[in-house]
Amino acid sequence: MISWFTALPYGWAYFIASILDILVIALPVMLAVAMIIYADRKIWAAMALRRGPNVVGPFGLLQSFADGLKVFLQETIIPTAANRTLFLIAPVITFTVALIAWAVIPFSSFSVLANINVGLLYILAASSLGVYGVILAGWASNSKYPFYSAIRAAAQMVSYEVAIGFVLISVVLWAGSFNMQTIVLAQKGEVLGLINANGFNPLLFPMAVVFLISSMAETSRTPFDLTEAESELVAGYQTEYSSMSFALYWLGEYANVILMCALNATLFWGGWLPPLDLPFLYHIPGTTIGLGLFWILFKMAVFFFIFSWVKATLPRYRYDQLMRLGWKIFLPLSLLFVFLVSGWLMLTRFHPIGA
Amino acid sequence: MASVAAQYLPILLFLGVALLLSTAFVVLPIAVARLTGAHKPSTDKLSEYECGFPAFEDSRMQFDVRFYLVAILFIIFDLEAAFLYPWAVSLREIGWTGWLAMMGFLAELLLGFAYAWKKGALEWE
Repeated sequence: MISWFTALPYGWAYFIASILDILVIALPVMLAVAMIIYADRKIWAAMALRRGPNVVGPFGLLQSFADGLKVFLQETIIPTAANRTLFLIAPVITFTVALIAWAVIPFSSFSVLANINVGLLYILAASSLGVYGVILAGWASNSKYPFYSAIRAAAQMVSYEVAIGFVLISVVLWAGSFNMQTIVLAQKGEVLGLINANGFNPLLFPMAVVFLISSMAETSRTPFDLTEAESELVAGYQTEYSSMSFALYWLGEYANVILMCALNATLFWGGWLPPLDLPFLYHIPGTTIGLGLFWILFKMAVFFFIFSWVKATLPRYRYDQLMRLGWKIFLPLSLLFVFLVSGWLMLTRFHPIGA
Repeated sequence: MASVAAQYLPILLFLGVALLLSTAFVVLPIAVARLTGAHKPSTDKLSEYECGFPAFEDSRMQFDVRFYLVAILFIIFDLEAAFLYPWAVSLREIGWTGWLAMMGFLAELLLGFAYAWKKGALEWE
């Protein structure tokens, strides 16, 4: 079984191994998206005292796959007024950028596809490309509601990206690196030498909250889902879409949501480190099997529950409230914390006065 | 140098795989719909969405200039953040001089921000 692989030239072996690595990340992400849509509907239903999907498969577990199959077999409608090429490229862009950001997320001490030095910068770059998919969809549809929605979505996404950018600077200052693995490891024993989380540090806690709220706005989740406000804009920028192109927006949106959950966990709550810095939490006791993957998935699940909870509880913001929160509250606050965090680091860690 | 570039190779491959997957997701249903007979376009189906009447004007119309303002503000602040990134990782090396220089830069941008705020560029009534 292995012999044909070892007989390959190095280049090909590397290529095949990398492709396998990528599939090991991309396919579970897609599966996770399917299951997270189901989980979202179940949580939402439970909070509204409904049952949620419960017909397809045991407990309705196969609902997402049934939806996927149905959507796959539908007709792709391309409106006559639309720009055909752009119309079809837009969902491809959205879904592609939602997937590629996963390349630098560390899942345990050794499992990260590309352990690059500027991992966080790469994620920022990849997630800001998502705007193109949205605005292309709105433009190419050549229809009023998608157009309005796309403009709204673009303005909303870039507004909160500014806040996210400054929040990330606080984290990078604290960890001293853009490398995701270093950022995770820097959180080891962050508070009192026991708790592995930036989030419990009083200097960074406000930034953790700002980042959580901004990540909801960035992914257009309730209470910031003005881009698909159904009472005003039908279904938002995807109004003209049908079949799998429509589903790609859903998949991309949910892939972005779980990416944001992973980022929240990684940047502020210890990533794949266990919550407490105790040796028996790193490995299954008595073995060398690491628990890193378990902890990051657990934290992502907690964050997704918060996302879902917020969606089930809060009413939608108005557009002026949304912009006020982004520009007049989060931006000055995160700028202030860049000043505070860097000043604190200068005074205590880098160049203490009198040292 | 080569080793640094090699770290990025998986990302390039990932981009290829992701593009391939999402293109397949767009193209395959179109092909399948033609095979199964689900592909039956008609004039009404292909017209753009409007609330019960044919669209009577171009949908790519004028939009509020404030969206444009937001885009410009975004460019300013994102550029500012881009300047801050290398500063943030090298703060230990550049010392108080570097820190003070960046704080001066931030203060100047804050002045611009306060001006935009006062002028009402951030108002959405």
